[in-house]
Amino acid sequence: MRFQEREESRGGLVDLPQTRRVNPLTVVASFVAKTFTIAELEARKLHHDSTELITRAVQPALWLLVFGEVLARVRAIPTGELSYLDFMAPGILAQSVLFIAIFYGIAVIWERDLGILHKFLASPTPRAALVLGKALSAAERALVQAIIIYLLALLLGVRLNWTVPALIGVLAVVLLGSALFSTFSLIIACLVKTRERFMGIGQVLTMPLFFASNAIYPIAIMPTWLQVISQINPLTYQVDALRLLMVTGGTTVYGLAVDVGVLLAVTTLMVVLAARLYPRVII
Amino acid sequence: MIVLEAEALTRRFGELTAVDGLTISVESGEVFGLLGPNGAGKTTVIKMLTTLLPPTSGNALVAGFDIIHHPSEVRRVIGYVPQLVSADGALTGYENLLIFAKLYDIPRSERESRVREALEFMGLTEAGDKLVRNYSGGMIRRLEIAQSMLHRPTVLFLDESTMGLDPVARKGVWEHIERLRADYGTTIFLTTHDMEEADGMCSRVAIMHLGKVVAVGTPAQLKASLDENGATLDDVFVHYAGYVLESGGTYREVSRTRRVARRLG
Repeated sequence: MRFQEREESRGGLVDLPQTRRVNPLTVVASFVAKTFTIAELEARKLHHDSTELITRAVQPALWLLVFGEVLARVRAIPTGELSYLDFMAPGILAQSVLFIAIFYGIAVIWERDLGILHKFLASPTPRAALVLGKALSAAERALVQAIIIYLLALLLGVRLNWTVPALIGVLAVVLLGSALFSTFSLIIACLVKTRERFMGIGQVLTMPLFFASNAIYPIAIMPTWLQVISQINPLTYQVDALRLLMVTGGTTVYGLAVDVGVLLAVTTLMVVLAARLYPRVII
Repeated sequence: MIVLEAEALTRRFGELTAVDGLTISVESGEVFGLLGPNGAGKTTVIKMLTTLLPPTSGNALVAGFDIIHHPSEVRRVIGYVPQLVSADGALTGYENLLIFAKLYDIPRSERESRVREALEFMGLTEAGDKLVRNYSGGMIRRLEIAQSMLHRPTVLFLDESTMGLDPVARKGVWEHIERLRADYGTTIFLTTHDMEEADGMCSRVAIMHLGKVVAVGTPAQLKASLDENGATLDDVFVHYAGYVLESGGTYREVSRTRRVARRLG
């Protein structure tokens, strides 16, 4: 079987591809297509083996069931108009997205150790498309989490907002949050380069990110120094947006525009940084 | 016609000079072998030529493109099979190829037929829909070569492509590489520390030792350059590189090498 007949001219430098005329539209289309190709790869993997998705759902379930149910009875946390469970459900959604995303970088170290990454980097795929594709891959897992959390919340009687704009909004914020933290994770992976060090740093980061945010209590009840930290924590803005969109009667502290603006800006910064660092992971 | 040309290519890692002033040129349609023990700098050369690692100094032209200033053009015209396992075990062989067909901008209308052809060329048609984690080592290597050939590269880089394979699988990979060259005129640039592989497959070899090329020529020329009858490439190697005590590389390299061998075996 021959690959094709074009080969005679392919043998040497005869028909060198000239540096092509670049049409910006083609470049963008190709960039988007390649980003989705990387994401498609993850979707295909999940299709072959989805057990991980189920086990990942255990932790948020425990938070909602145990922590949520108990704190709802204590009534120690001022949550305004919302019941504590209604208040907490968006926080737990953001948390489970965070926990998946923040460890996503380890997949890159794993691929580096195998040699898969080398081949991607030697292909004509823009670095930013590789990074953004990975961010989307993490978002695929996050979406599955979101579905599971919606089901749990429904069972627990959380008053979910089922209007279409609200659902689309939640989807967008979950995608954005997942992209942000998975790219952050990728940056760490590019810097530390080994699984052991990465796991250590991942463990150190998750809890502060989660507790120094408005996920399970409002920022207003924190001491001032912690309030400052919470306000530079992007998770806070993700939770704030979700709290408006996910539950009936939900409110926002900063406003949706600020929330989405912050998330978009930080994600863009992360992608740019990660694209620069990405080739370094194999050196 | 010269298809690959390196000029004083050098790479340092801190104190260590991994590749020291490499100057070589490779003709179109050749199977060119870079020969040397572990740690001689072969993989570093390949990483530079495939644009994965910027050289400290010097430069190279691959298919007419400069690796420093036009890395993305270089990436379009080369194929690369890394030393480590680069096929994704959680996907099928078909999917592994499909993803790369997309990344290499193979037009949608041709994708399916090219992927099927590549599977057939490498003798993997029946295994195409099985998960790669169930493949044998030889099959994985053949799949990886298929991946790297989908876009018909001008130069194919193979880094220790038969390491960790048993003799039968190794022979299978050799036959397929030879057919690639014969059928498509692909220039092949490979590294190996296996003298038998170099002798049997390469039209020319360069012997590398401690980051430097110490001899270049056809296997026959190199053997003839020694004044003994029936000299083997092993003898040539010893002559030019001196006795190399088991260097074996660093801890990290050894653990990687063993992991690859385990996975492929």
